Amino acid sequence: MRIFKDDVSIVLCGEAGAGIQTVENVVSRIFKTAGFNLFTSKEYMSRVRGGSNSTQLRVSSNPKNCYCDRIDIFIPLDKDAFKHLYHRITDSTVILADKDVIGEIDKPFADIPLSKTAKEIGGIIYSNIIASGIILGLFKADFSHFEKIIKESFSKKGEDIVANNIAAGKKGYEIAGNILKEVQIEVKSDASLSEKMLISGADLLGLGALAGGCDFIASYPMTPGTGFFAFLAKNQKEFSVAVEQAEDEIAAINMALGASYAGARSVVSTSGGGFALMCEGVSLAAATETPVVIHVAQRPGPATGLPTRTEQADLDLVLHAGHGEFPRAIFAPGNPADCFYMAQKAFDIADKYQTPVFILSDQYLTDSIFCSTSFDKPKIPVKHIVETDSSYLRYKITPDGVSPRGVPGYGAGFVCADSDEHDETGRITESENTRKAMHEKRMKKLDGILNEAIEPELIGSPDYKNLIVCWGSTVETLKEALEILNDKDTALLYFKQVFPLHPKTSEYLKKAEKIVFVENNFSGQFESLVFKQTGIKATGYIRKYDGLPFSADKVAEELKKIL
Amino acid sequence: MASIYDIQGIDNAWCPGCGNHAILGVLKSALDELKISPENLLMVSGIGQAAKLPQYMKGSYFNGLHGRALPAAVAAKASNIGLTVIAESGDGDMYGEGGNHFLATIRRNPDITNIVHNNMIYGLTKGQASPTSSEGIKTNIQVDGVFEHPFNPLAVAIAMNASFVARAFSGDLEQTKEILKQAIQHKGYALVDLLHPCVSFNKFNTFQWFKDNTYYIENHDISDRNAAFALAIKEGKLGLGIYYKNDGRAVFEEQLESNKADKTPLYKRSADRNAKLDKLIKSYI
Repeated sequence: MRIFKDDVSIVLCGEAGAGIQTVENVVSRIFKTAGFNLFTSKEYMSRVRGGSNSTQLRVSSNPKNCYCDRIDIFIPLDKDAFKHLYHRITDSTVILADKDVIGEIDKPFADIPLSKTAKEIGGIIYSNIIASGIILGLFKADFSHFEKIIKESFSKKGEDIVANNIAAGKKGYEIAGNILKEVQIEVKSDASLSEKMLISGADLLGLGALAGGCDFIASYPMTPGTGFFAFLAKNQKEFSVAVEQAEDEIAAINMALGASYAGARSVVSTSGGGFALMCEGVSLAAATETPVVIHVAQRPGPATGLPTRTEQADLDLVLHAGHGEFPRAIFAPGNPADCFYMAQKAFDIADKYQTPVFILSDQYLTDSIFCSTSFDKPKIPVKHIVETDSSYLRYKITPDGVSPRGVPGYGAGFVCADSDEHDETGRITESENTRKAMHEKRMKKLDGILNEAIEPELIGSPDYKNLIVCWGSTVETLKEALEILNDKDTALLYFKQVFPLHPKTSEYLKKAEKIVFVENNFSGQFESLVFKQTGIKATGYIRKYDGLPFSADKVAEELKKIL
Repeated sequence: MASIYDIQGIDNAWCPGCGNHAILGVLKSALDELKISPENLLMVSGIGQAAKLPQYMKGSYFNGLHGRALPAAVAAKASNIGLTVIAESGDGDMYGEGGNHFLATIRRNPDITNIVHNNMIYGLTKGQASPTSSEGIKTNIQVDGVFEHPFNPLAVAIAMNASFVARAFSGDLEQTKEILKQAIQHKGYALVDLLHPCVSFNKFNTFQWFKDNTYYIENHDISDRNAAFALAIKEGKLGLGIYYKNDGRAVFEEQLESNKADKTPLYKRSADRNAKLDKLIKSYI
């Protein structure tokens, strides 16, 4: 009898188009409805059909919001899938596979007759729902939840289809019953889940954008930035958001700026390559002092790189993007609540300081699905727009560098925005004194942005000797690694704003004897930034750049070695 | 003639005798006659000598990047449909650097006017070939003469069913004003390819050359797209006037969900979305 307690990692793998997504969607919703904590992450190939894609479902008694290498239950849907994740199979992995499909393999497995059973029900299409039934059956999730979600998902397709899918689910539960003779699963349900959302990182960022008042998006589809774009497109009617798919990323950012200049709260969503095309626009936003939020969902480069995989290697790009010098802010949320609140805040900071503001996410974060606490009555955005009079000066020099922002058509004044160096009226100038004053005015805004910077979050004992430093999407993984380490001398410092750095950054770092940066990139970009800003050197680092996220179990092992 | 668009004390960066002076005057007269208030006008331009025009008149402007006036103009109009929006720049800016946006904007058909100051040369960078330069002209880069075929903006626009396509010449103030007035009044995307001489860097397409090589198109049905296209691709002298007008196309900004139920500018709408957010958040629970 194999026993899995409190935290079970289930991995489904099959070719693109085989329906893994359907299983993930159905199973996730049923798990959540049945009151199980759930986190899913996926790795997939840049192709529409074939290959091997996998999804991990972590079902746990307490929230486990990150990827782990360990596979407890492995469901390869074909032989390639088995080979694809062969290196992650251990003696404790239970393999469930359809003998008719997978044939002979060199590991023991329990036969799950998906194709045969599906054909009996009415076609191979039902094998995904049978697989879903098996997974939920293993956890003894009440079948009423299964029926409810199936009815919701398939009612539009007719009663027969609903009935067949329910029959398929029942068959799955029966098969699970046989497996449970050899395997025991003990995961407690959690009553708090009835109040939680089941939501992807991309949608959390999107919700935050809506809460931040976003009403304009122009973007060009690019994985993994598209999820956020699609979220706003889906909600455009209800929230009155202007949505346009631009002809290229250059058009996208220039549209966002044109809209913002006219008073909209605009955003673009892209990934590294697309963002590279936007860089001149970033500089334009800064020169014209036009607010804009730029969501960059990172994937491995250079160039096309690994289009569907993950990395944290565009911090340097975002930090330095755009010619000339100007203020900016960069947020890098890593957990569900921060995705929402940082996205919301990005719009406020952009509008208040009239400069480009970045949300830096990645494939792992945007594609992952969390059980997230919900957000009650978000703060209503403040509109930083004034009605102009005939003496209005768009670029009035002020003590904090922020000029009151008018928009065309609102008041008796004229709103003259210029990418050339300009005077207070917005007209082109080459006067040295005006240039100097105007440049200082723009740079002055960085002080205000710094004043509102978000302090890094310390997780673990405040009396630490060892400090693990992370930013963005790795935080939940490192939190779990910290639990695995279970060392009172080690704490984790998580940065959700990576520029400008909060003034207390040095204080946190100075207290530590050992400082270890963990980053999903080759060169330690955040480590370099922190060194540049504070003069404090790391004593060690763990870096990963194979296109996959860190896993809590593996990173804990590596940390043990260097701490 | 005095215009409500006049402003004083501005240092003008154009060469004496440049066609841009005439275009500025004619545009101001057209706006005066159409009784468009400066407070409601938005000029969007790129970079180049032509793109400086909004600096020299009353009104709001967004002087953005080289080649990128159109996307900014389209989006500004979408965010505040009450504005009169004119996107203007030179031939290199609109047809070269911004070529993709030119095509996409015709497809979108926003209710904006697009004035392209076409002097067939790069002026501000001191005389290199533009997309509309004549074959054979020599420059400091095209040292043996241009060998690429010139871009035909009118033919491209008509081929794509642009809703208003015209060509004018800065040497004829009265007719140019009338063409501009019709372009601004047209509901939809209106292209005015506005020929003018560059007195400093184009020694081939001079004022006299334009006089000798243009004519006004006559007896032409502007709703006839095939006839318009035939005129646009005709070799030889360049025809002036309105080539094509199609009032049947829906405009971009009115098809956006954000403007369907509510025509007020985006910035004037309520910031309180909590009831809607609450509903959306609950849909994930």
